Amino acid sequence: MVAMENPHAHAPQGFIRKYIFSVDHKVIGIQYFFLALTAVFVGMFLSLLMRIHLLWPSVNLPIFGVIQPETYLTLLTMHGTIMVFFVLTTAPQGGFGNYFLPIQIGAPDMAFPVLNMLSFWTTFVAFVVIIAAFFVQGGAPLHGWTGYPPLSAVQSAGPGEGLGADLWITSIAIFCVASLMGALNFITTTLDLRAKGMTMMRMPLTVWSWFITAILGLLAFGVLLSAGILLLMDRNLGTSFYVPLVVVSGQVMGHKGGSPLLWQHLFWFFGHPEVYIAILPGMGVASQVLSTFSRKPIFGYRAMVYAMLSIGFFGFMVWGHHMFMSGMSPYSAFAFSLLTMCIGVPSAIKTFNWLGTMWKGRIRFQTPMLYAIGFVSLFVSGGLSGPFLAQPVLDIQLHDTYFVVGHFHLIMGVAAIFGMFAATYYWFPKMFGRMMNETWGRVHFFLTLAGTYAIFMPMHYLGMAGGTRRYSDYREVKYLATLIPLHQFMTYAAIITIAAQFIFVINLFWSMFKGPKASDNPWEATTLEWTTTTPPPHDNFGGVTPVVHNGPYEYGVPGAAKDYVMQTDPATVSTH
Amino acid sequence: MATYAPIDAIREGQTGRGGSPSTPKPPGGGDDGRGGDGGPNYGARLRRARLGLVCGVATVTMVFVSLTSAYIVRQGLPTYDEASKAYVHDWGGTDLPWRLLGLNTLLLLASSVTIEFARRALTRQVALAPVKSIPGVSLGAENKFPWLGVTAILGLGFLIGQGMAWRELHLRGFFVNTNPSSSFVFLLTATHAVHLAGGIVALLWAATTAWLHKPVESRRIVVDITAWYWHFMAVLWIYVFALLGFAR
Amino acid sequence: MGLALMVVIWLITLVSTYFFVAKTWWLPVGAAEAAGFIDGQFALTFVLMGIVFLAAQLGLGYIVWKYRERASAPPADYSHGNTTLELVWTALTAILFIGLNLMGSSVWASQRFDPPAADSVKVEVTGMQFAWYFRYPGPDGKYGATSVKLMDPSAGGEAAVGLNTSDPAAKDDVVTGTMYLPVNREVDLSLRAVDVIHSFFVPSLRFKQDAVPGLNIHMHLKPTVIGEYEIACAELCGLGHYKMHGVVHVVSQEDFDKWLAAREAEKQ
Repeated sequence: MVAMENPHAHAPQGFIRKYIFSVDHKVIGIQYFFLALTAVFVGMFLSLLMRIHLLWPSVNLPIFGVIQPETYLTLLTMHGTIMVFFVLTTAPQGGFGNYFLPIQIGAPDMAFPVLNMLSFWTTFVAFVVIIAAFFVQGGAPLHGWTGYPPLSAVQSAGPGEGLGADLWITSIAIFCVASLMGALNFITTTLDLRAKGMTMMRMPLTVWSWFITAILGLLAFGVLLSAGILLLMDRNLGTSFYVPLVVVSGQVMGHKGGSPLLWQHLFWFFGHPEVYIAILPGMGVASQVLSTFSRKPIFGYRAMVYAMLSIGFFGFMVWGHHMFMSGMSPYSAFAFSLLTMCIGVPSAIKTFNWLGTMWKGRIRFQTPMLYAIGFVSLFVSGGLSGPFLAQPVLDIQLHDTYFVVGHFHLIMGVAAIFGMFAATYYWFPKMFGRMMNETWGRVHFFLTLAGTYAIFMPMHYLGMAGGTRRYSDYREVKYLATLIPLHQFMTYAAIITIAAQFIFVINLFWSMFKGPKASDNPWEATTLEWTTTTPPPHDNFGGVTPVVHNGPYEYGVPGAAKDYVMQTDPATVSTH
Repeated sequence: MATYAPIDAIREGQTGRGGSPSTPKPPGGGDDGRGGDGGPNYGARLRRARLGLVCGVATVTMVFVSLTSAYIVRQGLPTYDEASKAYVHDWGGTDLPWRLLGLNTLLLLASSVTIEFARRALTRQVALAPVKSIPGVSLGAENKFPWLGVTAILGLGFLIGQGMAWRELHLRGFFVNTNPSSSFVFLLTATHAVHLAGGIVALLWAATTAWLHKPVESRRIVVDITAWYWHFMAVLWIYVFALLGFAR
Repeated sequence: MGLALMVVIWLITLVSTYFFVAKTWWLPVGAAEAAGFIDGQFALTFVLMGIVFLAAQLGLGYIVWKYRERASAPPADYSHGNTTLELVWTALTAILFIGLNLMGSSVWASQRFDPPAADSVKVEVTGMQFAWYFRYPGPDGKYGATSVKLMDPSAGGEAAVGLNTSDPAAKDDVVTGTMYLPVNREVDLSLRAVDVIHSFFVPSLRFKQDAVPGLNIHMHLKPTVIGEYEIACAELCGLGHYKMHGVVHVVSQEDFDKWLAAREAEKQ
């Protein structure tokens, strides 16, 4: 919806317009951030219950009692769904992207502020719906975040596959609509609202990452929506898109001729770009922070942009690598495999460039930088298990084992999260006007880095030994029982690491109210958000439209007065 | 570490208040929609709105692309039939009420024509607005034909027609779960209808902007976007119609 | 801090690498013909990725320490990159990844594109919530008809797979809950699923294939070592997914014939 007149002529008054139904992208960004923070604690709690169950399957927990096998699968399903959608697709893009995209390009707000507000509240509704799935009869579904039919399509195929599954699909459908609204806003804003002098090739890499992520979302979420509608129809209207003739618990179901593989194709056509949606903003933040704290321009800005564009582009062509064992044609498998290996190349380029940025820099180790460095390490670790999985012959052994779980957790569950930590510690001063505590930041960093490696690196060993995933109990199969000690280690590591996250939350809230006051540019950084006050005024720049003269990462310019030149500094450094 | 100081020296453009002297339109980069004359820059706003619409169209297109892909796959899928011990195609096919659907198509195409008239009328009004503001100048009786209202009626007519088509299908024994072909018929037409209904809501909103005496430039943007969306709905319907017709 | 970071990153890297190199937990010993090449391809990928892993992580740790800011450090090098270097490492990475992929594709082709040998043993594997059933077509070499209407999973055996006992081809079909295979002979597997997607995974035989309702998927493999190998379902199929396991007994041709004859005899 196009605003009829300049919405920033007057800053809103009144609590509701200022904090609840605000159309100010900064407020909306913070709303998304806190929604994601809530979601991540819910998701972490679910995973804690999972790991406790794996170690002590018969223990009688307070409130929950003894976790049944079906409950374990419910925890697993909801953990995955909540983390992927409400954390990884929400905080990096909806949270930080919303807050800083307009500011970093010199705009007073997003292109469609009212639509922005609607997209947040729609996301919120989606979250309420999915939490509701826990409380309805039968509980939440147990079919995994991937929801393969017929398990997800036949109501009697398992506990929770009744109303709980319908709510799960509905929540995701609502989320799709919210994301599409957001994507539209991001793309239009980036293309149309840049300040004078802010050419595409002078945009910070964070802006590029949010822009490309939005394009991916725009094209992918519609497909998930279709897939979900077909699933709802199979479940409730007796259609047979996905379900062939099946017999469940001795009952012949009324479906015929459908294809479970159709769901897989549609789901993964969305699902693969989704994982790039989850990681690209983190890559943008890593580039931003690494450059700032190395006091050096990003190594190969153009290559970084082209790499992100290639990742986005190829991201739409590799979905079949989730389906090598599915019964899909082996010819298709070969094609998808080749394309998947291709997508490893731009990721490698980015890694080389991050290393190249730090090479011969003057590195400062404030907490944001620690997380950016951690991001690079984790991205390397998680990324290198990719070439194993991308080869169908090796995937025979590794598909549906913990090797895959380790791979995606290191990248999405840790590297992407480290990107968010880096963003939080980096932009906290600008958002809240205070500094977070450095010491506790460092403690949190080291505990989390070591802890997450301790949890997820052993998963590769488990997978190689044939350790299957999504099992609620590893004692039944003899060779799996021999691997239980690894599970024990991972559970202890998880308990410690999850506990360490409270340090972050306490630091966050304490610093919001009691942290030392921040100056306008505590990190001596060059991009536009650091030219304005801390926190920024309602229209971001206090009535002034910035004019951009320089690229985003002009650090260590020979002959300059300071070791950084802001983008708005007219003493032009012409390299772009 | 002075960071705020540099831009104090640079004051380009003005905010949306006060009558400051206008600055020339800035080249390069973007434009935040605030023109030099202190008021909103409707040219930029229109461009922005159209860009947003392109994004929206892209996304709805992806929904229909994925539904088409599902349609083609499902149509070609053989399934094992126990009775004949062979793989058969169970697509089925649907006995569509072609005349009724054809009539609905004509209604929708007509509505595209009427909304295009509305869009052009408003574009003309915007162009002529500065002239009309000169006291004493009259452009004669203006044609204030309610094109938007007619479009809404035609759109509603289409939806009613679709409802009638669904009822006719039921009478012929085709329900959403009769066979894969009928499932897709209902799915595709319903998805299109839902999006068209959204378009009608937009039309009603566009109509109310006239009554609420919004500036003519704002009205023009709303009508322009609604019109392009509406044309997209017509094109989409032609596509669905052709798919159901030729890929039976 | 730079030193601390370097130490922590190096420690994590070296400890992880130790367990990989020591093969503390590793692929189970291969007992099928495909294992030779699969394990070889795995080892090659492993070594190459391992080298990259070590180089990148150790390099990261070193860079972070060496270029830390201190009074004596030189000013940062004002460089926007090096196009030649970009092109070189892009090309090398592409060659590495694509080369690896092409090398692995020939085994994939032989497994999936080539038909099974003419004298292969035929076995049908049926997955259902939560058990595996195996059907041997008997001397006539033909699988008898099955029907969903005749399926009764709680009854086990022939009733579980819905065998139509009035079909003449079904008279000699043997349905068991355990799989026996003769060593050194190719097996022509037909995979089916009755209710939801399951996956037939035998790690030692380097075999995994999803069993999909509505499809009858043909795969072949050749066990080469006598022994007992566990089956673990490898696709989430419901609350009993964790206990849907079985055993494959690979025995001599003699023992296999004896076993099958005994099962046929039981049917009379």
